[in-house]
Amino acid sequence: MTGEERLTEICAAHRGREGPLLPILHDVQSAFGCVDPAAERVIANALNLSRAEVHGVVSFYHDFTAEADPRPAIELCRAEACQARGVEALVEAAEHAAGERVRIKTVYCLGLCSAGPAARIGSQLHARLDRAALLELVQSA
Amino acid sequence: MTTVRISDDALALACGADVIAEAFVAAGCTVERVSSWGMHWLEPLVEIDGSGWGPTGVDDVAAILAKTSDLSIGTIADHPFIAAQQRLTFARAGKTRPLSLDDYAATGGWAGLKRARMLASPDLIAEVIQSGLRGRGGAGFPAGIKWQTVAAAPGTRKYIVCNADEGDSGTFADRMLMEGDPFHLIEGMAIAAHAVGAAQGYIYVRSEYPHAIAKLKAALVLAEALIAPFRCEVRVGAGAYVCGEETSLLNSLEGKRGEVRAKPPLPAHQGLFGQPTVINNVLTLAAVPHILLEGGAAHYDSHGILRSKGTMPIQLAGNIKHGGLFETAFGITLRELIYDIGGGTFSGRPVKAVQVGGPLGAYLHPDQFDIVFDYEAYSAADALIGHGGIVVFDDTADMGKLARFAMEFCAAESCGKCTPCRIGSTRGVELIDRIRGRAQTSADPVAALPQMHNAAKHLRTHDENLQLLEDLCETMQYGSLCALGGFTPYPVRSALKHWPEDFGASS
Ligand SMILES: Cc1cc2nc3c(=O)[nH]c(=O)nc-3n(C[C@H](O)[C@H](O)[C@H](O)COP(=O)(O)O)c2cc1C
Ligand code: SF4
Ligand code: FES
Repeated sequence: MTGEERLTEICAAHRGREGPLLPILHDVQSAFGCVDPAAERVIANALNLSRAEVHGVVSFYHDFTAEADPRPAIELCRAEACQARGVEALVEAAEHAAGERVRIKTVYCLGLCSAGPAARIGSQLHARLDRAALLELVQSA
Repeated sequence: MTTVRISDDALALACGADVIAEAFVAAGCTVERVSSWGMHWLEPLVEIDGSGWGPTGVDDVAAILAKTSDLSIGTIADHPFIAAQQRLTFARAGKTRPLSLDDYAATGGWAGLKRARMLASPDLIAEVIQSGLRGRGGAGFPAGIKWQTVAAAPGTRKYIVCNADEGDSGTFADRMLMEGDPFHLIEGMAIAAHAVGAAQGYIYVRSEYPHAIAKLKAALVLAEALIAPFRCEVRVGAGAYVCGEETSLLNSLEGKRGEVRAKPPLPAHQGLFGQPTVINNVLTLAAVPHILLEGGAAHYDSHGILRSKGTMPIQLAGNIKHGGLFETAFGITLRELIYDIGGGTFSGRPVKAVQVGGPLGAYLHPDQFDIVFDYEAYSAADALIGHGGIVVFDDTADMGKLARFAMEFCAAESCGKCTPCRIGSTRGVELIDRIRGRAQTSADPVAALPQMHNAAKHLRTHDENLQLLEDLCETMQYGSLCALGGFTPYPVRSALKHWPEDFGASS
C-alpha cells in the first residue's frame, strides 16, 4: 500500500464520526511518525477543509509533528511536582548520555506526581527515577 | 491457593507491579489485578487476605508468602492513611477489579443510575443541587445549576462532555478514577445524560494517559447495553494543557485548534457543535452516583463546611513522604495534610513552600498552613484549590526559578488568542531573568525609539524591574481571556511576596 492509499484508508475509517480530524491526525501520526504537508493535503481533501485549516490544527498540538524523528524518545516530566523531587538535577546527565542517538523530550506531568521523577517511553512508565535509573533508560532506549 | 491482589494502576506499573505479579504467579499464587488504594509510597502494594506489604521488590516475594517480611503494614483498611479518609468517590479504591462488572455491581454499582431513571429530570437535578456538589475541575461552579441550564436550554441534540484532560502538575485523581473505577464515571455520565436529555457523551482524555484510555474504552464496550440509549465515546487529547479549559476542549473535540472561546455564549447554551452541553470534570461526574442513592444528597451535603460541601479527593504530591490520594471532607488544614497525613517531606528537610491547585495556583508559605480546605478561604488568600493537587517543596527550592517556570509554562501552553498571555508570559520570563541576574541590561532598542513616549529612557533599577513585573502581572491577571494567562500571576506574585530573597532582593 502506498502512503497515499494508507492515508485515504485512515480518513475513510473515521468517516461519519463527529469531529473526525483529531482522531485522524492521531492515526496518521502513529502510522507515519508525522503529519507532513502531503498528508495534510490528503486529509484536507477527505474532510472538505482547506489545507490551511488542517495545518493550523496540526501545528497547534504538541503531539503532532511535521517531520518524523526516527530516534527513540524518552518523555521526561519536568513539571513542578517532579521538580520538587529533583528532576532538574538529572537533566544534564541524561541529555549528555542521550547525545544525538536518543531524544529526551520534556513533558509536563504524567500523573505520577507523588512518585517522581517520572518518565514515559510509549506506554511504558517509570517512576522514582534517580540518576542511575534514568541513565539506564537512556542507554537501553 | 493463595490469592494475591496487586494494583494495575499506572503508578503501580511505573513502580514495577507487573514484575511482582509475575513473581507471585511463578510462586503458584492466583493474582488479581485491582485498583490502587492510593498509598503511593507503598506501591507496589501486595495484599493477601486484607493484609498489606509494600513497597515490594521481587526479592520480597518469598518472605511475604512465608509471612516473615518486614514490609508488613498490617490490615490495609486500618492503616491510618486509609482510616482517616472519608471515601465516597473513591469508595472502591483498592477493593475491586476495574473492568469487572460483577465487582462493580456487587459494590453498589448502577444503583444511582437505576434510581435516577425513576426520577423526573427536575427532581433529579434538585437532588444534585441539594447535595451542594461543585465542579471539581477548578472553578467550583455548582454542578446542579449547570445541569439545570442545559436541561432548560432549547434543542433536541445535547451533549455530556467529561473533562479528563487533567493537566495540572500534582494531580492524578482523575487518572486513578478512570483506571481504577471506570464504570463509576460512566454511571455518572449516564445520570447526567438522563437529567438533561442528552444522547451522546464524550470523555476527552489527555494523551499522556494511555492506561486510562485503554481502561475506559474497554469499560464502555462492557457497559454499552447498561447505559443505552445513552452512547459514550473516548476522545484523546493531543498534548495541549490549555485544552483542559472547557471551551478550548470543545474546539478540540470539534477538530479545531484548541483556542479558548469568548463567553457568552456559555457551553450550557451553545457548547459542542453549537448545542447545549454539560461539561464537567471526572470527579464531579463521579460524585453523582453516590448523591443519587436514597438519602445520598443529604449525606453528601452533611460533609464539608460553609459553601464547600461534600468530599474532595486531595492529591498529595511532590516532596512528601506519604504521597497519594486522600479523600476527605472540606475543612481540613494544610498543616494536617502535609504533616499529620503526609509525614512531612520525603527528603527529610524542612518544608519551604506548597503549591496548591496546579501550575496556576499560588505558593503558600508555612505561615499560611492553618488555612482550611474551602473554596472561599483559598480565594480570600489569593490562592486556589483548583483540582486539589498539593505539591510540597523542601528548603532547597528556588522560588525565583519556580516563578520563572510559571511564566515559561504559560508561554509554552498559551493558546495565543490574547496578548497579555501570549506576549506577557514571554516578557515575564525575560524580566524575571533580568531581576534575578541583577545585571544592568542595555536599554531596549525599541524602548529607545523616539515614538516610545512612555518607555523609560534610562536603565531600570532592580526596584523598577520589580515594579514592572507587578504591572505585567496585573495586566495578565485582568486582561486575559481565560485563567491560563489570568492566574499565572498567582504563583509569580506569591513567590515574590513570601520569598523576595530568591529574586535577588537585598534582605
Ligand atoms: C488553562 C485551564 C486548564 C484547565 N484544565 C482543566 C482540566 O484539566 N480538567 C478540568 O476538569 N478542568 C480544567 N479547567 C477548568 C475547566 O475550564 C472547567 O471549569 C471545568 O471543566 C468545568 O467542570 P466542573 O464544573 O465539573 O469543574 C481548566 C481551566 C483552565 C483555564
Ligand atoms: S489567557 Fe492565554 S490561554 Fe487563555 S485565551 Fe488568552 S491566550 Fe489563550
Ligand atoms: S509533575 Fe511529574 S508526573 Fe506529575
